Amino acid sequence: MNSLLDSLRGIGARVIDGIWRMGVATRFFLRTLLQSGQSFRRFHLIIREIFSAGVLSLIIILVSGLFVGMVLGLQGYETLQTYGSEEALGTLVALSLVRELGPVLAALLFASRAGSSITAEIGLMKATEQLAAMEMMAVDPIARVVAPRFWGAVISMPILAALFSAMGILGGYLVGVVLIGVDEGSFWSQMQAAVDFREDILNGVIKSLVFGVAVTAIALFEGYDAPPTAEGVSRATTRTVVTSSLAILGLDFILTAFMFRGV
Amino acid sequence: MSDNLIEIRDLSFAYRERLVLKGINLTARRGQVIAIMGISGGGKTTLLRLIGGALKATRGVLEVDGVDMATLDQEGLYQLRRRMGMLFQFGALFTDLSVFDNVAFPLREHTDLPEEMIRDLVLMKLNAVGLRGAADLMPSELSGGMARRVALARAIALEPRLILYDEPFAGLDPISLGVSGNLIRRLTDTLGVTSIVVTHDIQESLRMVDYVYFVSAGVIAAQGTPDELRASTEPFVHQFVHGEENGPVPFHYPAPPYADELELAT
Repeated sequence: MNSLLDSLRGIGARVIDGIWRMGVATRFFLRTLLQSGQSFRRFHLIIREIFSAGVLSLIIILVSGLFVGMVLGLQGYETLQTYGSEEALGTLVALSLVRELGPVLAALLFASRAGSSITAEIGLMKATEQLAAMEMMAVDPIARVVAPRFWGAVISMPILAALFSAMGILGGYLVGVVLIGVDEGSFWSQMQAAVDFREDILNGVIKSLVFGVAVTAIALFEGYDAPPTAEGVSRATTRTVVTSSLAILGLDFILTAFMFRGV
Repeated sequence: MSDNLIEIRDLSFAYRERLVLKGINLTARRGQVIAIMGISGGGKTTLLRLIGGALKATRGVLEVDGVDMATLDQEGLYQLRRRMGMLFQFGALFTDLSVFDNVAFPLREHTDLPEEMIRDLVLMKLNAVGLRGAADLMPSELSGGMARRVALARAIALEPRLILYDEPFAGLDPISLGVSGNLIRRLTDTLGVTSIVVTHDIQESLRMVDYVYFVSAGVIAAQGTPDELRASTEPFVHQFVHGEENGPVPFHYPAPPYADELELAT
């Protein structure tokens, strides 16, 4: 009886703890938004973060985009050829990248490349008392450290996703047209006809913006909330990658359900 | 303007249910160096954090520069902190900024001074701690003692009235230790600030401070000038000043009887 009560208590404590943490995270997120004014007045703070979150993620994003596009070209050609419609390869590659693979894969890569580094950096700044020192100098760390990183990463994410898609299309072109010999004219013209700016491209951009906000908010909160020890920072970094990857996939399903309903 | 920069009356602080500080009374006059000493875990750092406004007292009065800390909101606290500098145990320099930019940080955040003037001010502060030549180094290139001196230059950048030191001597070699002690004394005298030093380095402290408070188990166990403490016969002070193993502070962490635990008793 006692062990049953104990396990019930354990579950209750975990639920309360989880809700409490979500509340703290929400407050943290709102404070970040409220304290963003300074970041925009001193835009060079954001530019620095665009460099470390965006520019430094370029290599992994561009190379992955290229390979994903090349694989799409190969696989797509195999399937389309069965139905004799290999000219539609351009459409297939472009739509899958712009609608889905670009935003989702770029965000997943971004979470592991930039998200983890944001968490580790903020966690270590906390562990080495740099954030406390800033507080003692009457500088709010949320305004000075957190908000610029938030906006830097949120601005970078759609650009990275767009570059991922562009490289993917290039990869599909290289494999489909240059290597296999699909007709170049129909590859591009079918793509041009099938991809709609509002339906496909804009929705893709909205997706990547939402993913950017989710990944960055999770990464910043995990870093800020990490216990100030080596173990605490390492766990927080892992949690950033796991939680934000799951968040990306869950959000993607919800957003897709609203955006593309086949009408 | 009151003569006392810090006035603490009957201050208590509880962390969750645990009472960490009980009925503390402490005053620091302008221009003094005050040491807060005691064994680790005795509540010294908590007291320093209360003075810095990082924690709020559960009961009692804490006034810094005539301002009652209990009445301050965040804006008020930040206003007060511009008149305070704090030196953290390991310096807490911003690792992504150079030594120069670290010292310039509070000036750039809180003033609109032109860059040339900031440069002059930073070099003056760095010169005061003997590290003008290290301005272009990164924090990772500094030794522990140098990092703390840079942090001290940063703490005095805005010419504060109060400087808080958290364990400024921990882990320093004898030369750096002496240098740091002298620096604290000299800066206090030349800048006319008040310094609160949390430390357990008894010999260095007795050499340079004006007054010592011993915090033990959450209360002020003893206080006095260095000379009074050296002459004190009170068991706790005697044990602490002479670093003895036996005294009111036990060597052993509370444990069941030794013989029982080794199962020697039949």
